[in-house]
Amino acid sequence: MPEERVIELRGVRKSFNGQEVLRGIDLEVIARETLVIIGRSGSGKSVSIRQMVGLDTPDAGTVRVFGQDLAKLNTRDLLRLRLRIGYLFQSGALLNWMTVGENVELPLLEHRRRMKEKERRDKVTEKLALVEMQDAAEKYPAEISGGMKKRAALARAVILEPEIVFYDEPTSGLDPVIANTINDLIVETGRKLGTTQVVVTHDMESAYRIGDRIAMLYEGKIIAVGTPDEIRSSDDPIVQQFIAGETTGPITGSARKK
Amino acid sequence: MSDESRASTLFPTVARLGEFLYESLTGAGYALSLLFRTLLQAGAMFRAHYQEALLRQMFVCGIQTIPVTLIVSVFTGAILALNGGLSLESIGQEELIGRIVTISVVREMGPFMTALILAASVGSAMAAEIGTMKVSEEIDALDVMGIEPARFLVLPRVLAMAIMTPVLTVYTNLLGVLGGAITSYAQYAVTFRRFLTDASIYLTAKDIYTGLLKAFLFGLVISIVGCSQGLQARGGAIGVGEATRRAVVVSYLLIIVLGYYVTYLFFRVEW
Repeated sequence: MPEERVIELRGVRKSFNGQEVLRGIDLEVIARETLVIIGRSGSGKSVSIRQMVGLDTPDAGTVRVFGQDLAKLNTRDLLRLRLRIGYLFQSGALLNWMTVGENVELPLLEHRRRMKEKERRDKVTEKLALVEMQDAAEKYPAEISGGMKKRAALARAVILEPEIVFYDEPTSGLDPVIANTINDLIVETGRKLGTTQVVVTHDMESAYRIGDRIAMLYEGKIIAVGTPDEIRSSDDPIVQQFIAGETTGPITGSARKK
Repeated sequence: MSDESRASTLFPTVARLGEFLYESLTGAGYALSLLFRTLLQAGAMFRAHYQEALLRQMFVCGIQTIPVTLIVSVFTGAILALNGGLSLESIGQEELIGRIVTISVVREMGPFMTALILAASVGSAMAAEIGTMKVSEEIDALDVMGIEPARFLVLPRVLAMAIMTPVLTVYTNLLGVLGGAITSYAQYAVTFRRFLTDASIYLTAKDIYTGLLKAFLFGLVISIVGCSQGLQARGGAIGVGEATRRAVVVSYLLIIVLGYYVTYLFFRVEW
């Protein structure tokens, strides 16, 4: 089977308030793989996946998703493209005046207008069961824990059966047990639904566990891409310092020089 | 970048004024385009979950503000009567108090006070709520789900305010006149019958509908300003506070300027 590129970034640059966050990103994501983007906090990981869904526009370079250049899409086409995408935000971003069940149901209400109520309910139950949240459907976001919010948000992200799912720091702020259940959920979602997945994280354990490939972002550029084993045995001192979490090395050295 | 900073050291006042003008114009542009995008999506109101959202918003701006409106409107009428009575008493014309209070309330003070209350309570709450959603990625989440915030959040809020501001104004008008009548009786011994007869002779339909038209416009302004400030919030809690403050200040300015021009257009311009 030929490798199909679903996302392609070429020379993407982005500055905020005069500070260049992305300095020419080249990256591709292949269909049905799980690509993990690792990097330090503030290295532009979130910015780079925001580019892939058109939440931010690049200053230079192109972002192609399903072969379409995002910069050339009008509002309607961008909307159509987004219906093929799911996105799990760091905080979950559930709407707090709706119950968990209503949150998960919302994309269906908005985009599957012909769907019968019974069918909709079944679908919500099915996705909530996928993340083991079926008992919390009537709860409000304020009444559940951070890990539950992320699971509910994941159910919402996959309710329209997207082809790509983005995860922004899915395990940050969670205890190790919950973090691993989220990791397993990501792997399972990819396997069960056949989705392409892009995960942003600085949690190396999680990266090794879920990634088919890992890309390291450093100072606004991708400095290494490879399988978890390739990354682990990389001879790049920056990659080595990051994955080992050492306090001394080229990363902190260059930071001090600045 | 460097040109800007040089300009601000050379002509700080001019630069600040320019910045202020630029910000006001882009802000107004954003709000107008938001209003336009929102109205284009009005078809969504045929869907059940949008009607629910509209009812919820109507409850928030129409029912929850009633206690405040009650106190403010009664006292507004009372103040007008008290002041009007002072001048009229000196020329022995206290019985004209009815028309003065009623016409000022119906034409100006009713819609004006209602709008101030709504801007301070509902408009600021809209900015704070939507601003919090913005800084906690909820607006982004709606965008990525292909749910336009203009339709999902702004449309029900704008409609609710456009409907409920005139409704509340009718209520404010009635209570304002009542407050005026009570004060006239208590302070200047003008009977209710005298007060109301004088009022009804001079009050015209035009006074009523221009007042309600004003209320409708104020409702649009307050909600669109509140929503657009919220959607433009950035930078955490401070940003939300700033958006809320701006929503109230900008609404107040627009309400008072717009109020003047509506009265001017209807009562001073020959059609």
